[in-house]
Amino acid sequence: MRSAFAEKVGREFMDLAMAMGRTALMVKSVAFWSFRSRFEAGEAARQAVKIGVDSFTVTALTSFFTGMVLALQMGQSTKNLFNEPIYVGTMVAFSMLKELGPVLTSIVVAGRAGAVVTAEIGTMQVTEQIDALYTLGTNPTRYLLVPRYLAFMLTLPLLTVFADFIGVIGGCIVGVVKLHVPTSVYFDDIFTYLSISDFMHGFLKTYFFAFMIATVSCYKGLNTRGGAEGVGKSTTEAVVISMVLVMVLDYFISAFLVAVGV
Amino acid sequence: MIEIRGLTKVFGEHRVLDGISVDIREGELFSVIGPSGMGKSTFIRCLMRLLKPDAGSVKVDGQEMASVTSEFTLAKIRRSFGYLFQEGALFDSLTVFENVSFGLKYLTDIPKSEYPRIVREKLALVGLKDVEELKPAELSVGMKKRVALARSIAVEPKYILYDEPTTGLDPVTTGMVKDLITDMRKKLGVTSVVVTHDMNLALEISSRVAMLNNGKFVEVCEPACFRRSDNPEVREFMRISHISKE
Repeated sequence: MRSAFAEKVGREFMDLAMAMGRTALMVKSVAFWSFRSRFEAGEAARQAVKIGVDSFTVTALTSFFTGMVLALQMGQSTKNLFNEPIYVGTMVAFSMLKELGPVLTSIVVAGRAGAVVTAEIGTMQVTEQIDALYTLGTNPTRYLLVPRYLAFMLTLPLLTVFADFIGVIGGCIVGVVKLHVPTSVYFDDIFTYLSISDFMHGFLKTYFFAFMIATVSCYKGLNTRGGAEGVGKSTTEAVVISMVLVMVLDYFISAFLVAVGV
Repeated sequence: MIEIRGLTKVFGEHRVLDGISVDIREGELFSVIGPSGMGKSTFIRCLMRLLKPDAGSVKVDGQEMASVTSEFTLAKIRRSFGYLFQEGALFDSLTVFENVSFGLKYLTDIPKSEYPRIVREKLALVGLKDVEELKPAELSVGMKKRVALARSIAVEPKYILYDEPTTGLDPVTTGMVKDLITDMRKKLGVTSVVVTHDMNLALEISSRVAMLNNGKFVEVCEPACFRRSDNPEVREFMRISHISKE
């Protein structure tokens, strides 16, 4: 009984170690093909639209309402403590720029675009389209992975900038309409206390998140087995792993950036 | 010519190919038959090195495939192959035109202005016209197979590998695919390797037939000789396929 359990745990660790090894090889291959062949500009642009532009509406809605609820909660809390809603703009901007903007945008992109990428590559894998690429003289890493990595790395930071801005505007609307904070005060609070390094703190994190989401989505897609059911399983796994890793990475990258003074 | 010596492929504990040796001669139509799951697809995948053999050698026109380590060199060798996948494996996101011209873009230096002419020509060769702008989802199963064949012959390969070309097709489309395979050989003079479990197809179109069973070729000979074979495994497979001994 005990040995069966140990065997199961051991096998899980072995599988994890092998998956990490294969992921490292895939990333190495992406790095290799990024500089060794003609660039698939058209495919990268198509992916940027699919990943970035198509995720914009969901990102905008998410960050808008997040900004609104932040302003409402902050304003109400400070009103209870000090009889007046103070530093609403500062609180909303700090939260959006440093944490919620990058994290929520990454979660939206992982759930939406990450799932699309895994399902697309997974379907190509189970229908032999990946093998067909080899037979037609094209390395799948070069044709499929490099443009997707690039699209994630380009669009996620941009989406985050939009999300930050929309969140701050959402907070402003609640601040002005519900909490009666003048617009000038709201923005003055932001520009007085926020520095460019606060923005950079959140912005830099998105590159790590984009790289991680691209890696998980592509890896899960390429390792899909077992027809339509396998595609569904890979897609779910990719989304769950990406979302959890966004949270985990967020802490460690934040700790690192704080340590280096960003 | 493709020279195969001691070709071995192992998946886990299962020895799928167990030291296969055979020469596939210029211009012939060589069929590999056998029950499903016996490693027929593994065999042709190893020829093009879509799968890396665990032992043995595959020489394509004198070039040892196992010794090629560069992806670029491998792509050049693969240039001499066309591969028809079981389900066609057309790229869903691309149109028929983009599918057929895909190899031209990545495997040749042919100017883009020539693509429409070549695509039209290859589609006509497989009996299709005015389908260039359609997506694979808009095609019937038979049309998909034909587009896939047009894609694999677009770069004018020396060898065409057919993986279960008639599986899942109705009798009419099966007959059509059968004609296409023989036509390709006649019109383009290509060397063809067909793997199939359809004994009738193999005996009708091939210049030589090999039967794969338990990782080995248990019989390799011309169709007429194959029909007369006394090999019990061949006899059993022919009995199941409702083919009587001559």
